[in-house]
Amino acid sequence: MNTTISKEDIYAILEQVSDPEVPVLSIIDLGVIRDVVLHEDTLEVVITPTYTGCPAMDMIEVNIKAILQENGFDNIKVTTILSPAWTTDWLSEAGKQKLLDYGIAPPQGSSKSKRALFSEETGIACPQCRSTHTEMISQFGSTACKSQYKCLDCKEPFDYFKCH
Amino acid sequence: MQDHLYNFLLYLGDNALILGHRLSEWCGHGPVLEQDMALTNIALDLVGQSRNIFQLAAKMQGEGATEDTLAYLRDATAYKNILLVEQKNGDFAKTILRQFFYDAFNYPCYQRLMQSSNKDIAAFAEKSMKEITYHLKWSSEWVIRLGDGTEESLRRINEALEDLWPYTGEMFKYADFEIAMTESGVFPDAAGIEAEWEQEVKNIFAQAGLELPEKAWMHDGGKHGRHSEHLGYILAEMQFLQRAYPGQKW
Repeated sequence: MNTTISKEDIYAILEQVSDPEVPVLSIIDLGVIRDVVLHEDTLEVVITPTYTGCPAMDMIEVNIKAILQENGFDNIKVTTILSPAWTTDWLSEAGKQKLLDYGIAPPQGSSKSKRALFSEETGIACPQCRSTHTEMISQFGSTACKSQYKCLDCKEPFDYFKCH
Repeated sequence: MQDHLYNFLLYLGDNALILGHRLSEWCGHGPVLEQDMALTNIALDLVGQSRNIFQLAAKMQGEGATEDTLAYLRDATAYKNILLVEQKNGDFAKTILRQFFYDAFNYPCYQRLMQSSNKDIAAFAEKSMKEITYHLKWSSEWVIRLGDGTEESLRRINEALEDLWPYTGEMFKYADFEIAMTESGVFPDAAGIEAEWEQEVKNIFAQAGLELPEKAWMHDGGKHGRHSEHLGYILAEMQFLQRAYPGQKW
């Protein structure tokens, strides 16, 4: 293995892997990369799932291996850890902006706030017209990480990346 | 002790897998699109949870076991899930009530598992807890809506209650492997779960205008591999591919 490679170089390569279900987000934006370990003959990437049943995780693992192989790494190990559990607090600010530009309302508030987790989140800004005059249609959306909202001003339905 | 831990893991995984499979049968059949998606989202969470648990169990067993061999190559008598989760979906009211009874039980269980002396179990419990919280909120809201809805929705949820109530006692009839896990701190304070479950059910039923049934005779046996005929049909569908084409991959 090339010993001049640094962790930062690996992170830069991994920045090119996108979330298969929200393709505007890189896996770095998403916060699923927990660590990169350069062993003597192996490169280990430690990831954590967003949701337990997230079907994108298997694909993310395949894509991580593929991009690292393209960049000359042969021995790659992807390890999954569950604790500490992923939270939307780990979404990068750049990631939140990308979500908004893409038409998905980014999570508002912290997952540590009980209010955000247990009750209906209100005042979510519509990604189209920015009105906060919106309402939840369903707690469950097109993927496990999102719920469905509707803007009461511009009438557009939209996905909200829920606090988790 | 290792056998008890292994059986306990299978029990947790089987509950999640079988209920997840049942909910997945709703895919494309939900009463409205949003609820079709809710049911399948929850199915996905539960199947995902069972995968994490089976991965641990497979590691313990060794001998080439994987999450897939545990799901696809065990017969009904080796499954340890409670009978409640294998009950047929019935109508939407029955599915909702089955889900609520399970979620109200699962929530206090996983709260305790987060404090488990077994670090791997504590980790998947912490991960699953956020999802279970959503599930309980969703099924509670629907119980209230159906109970406090129309004459027809009330009739249906009462019918579901009559069908499902005799399956609720098994949750709290602890098997030897659960008792062993409680004693060793893997599953701390299991004794307190029943009271918390009852409190939650009473609270939601009061809002739904439903009456809590009398104490009745309760079915059991699932934890020991004695299942209703329904499980055989579930496995026949779920395991068909691996039984007909062993080792087949996507």
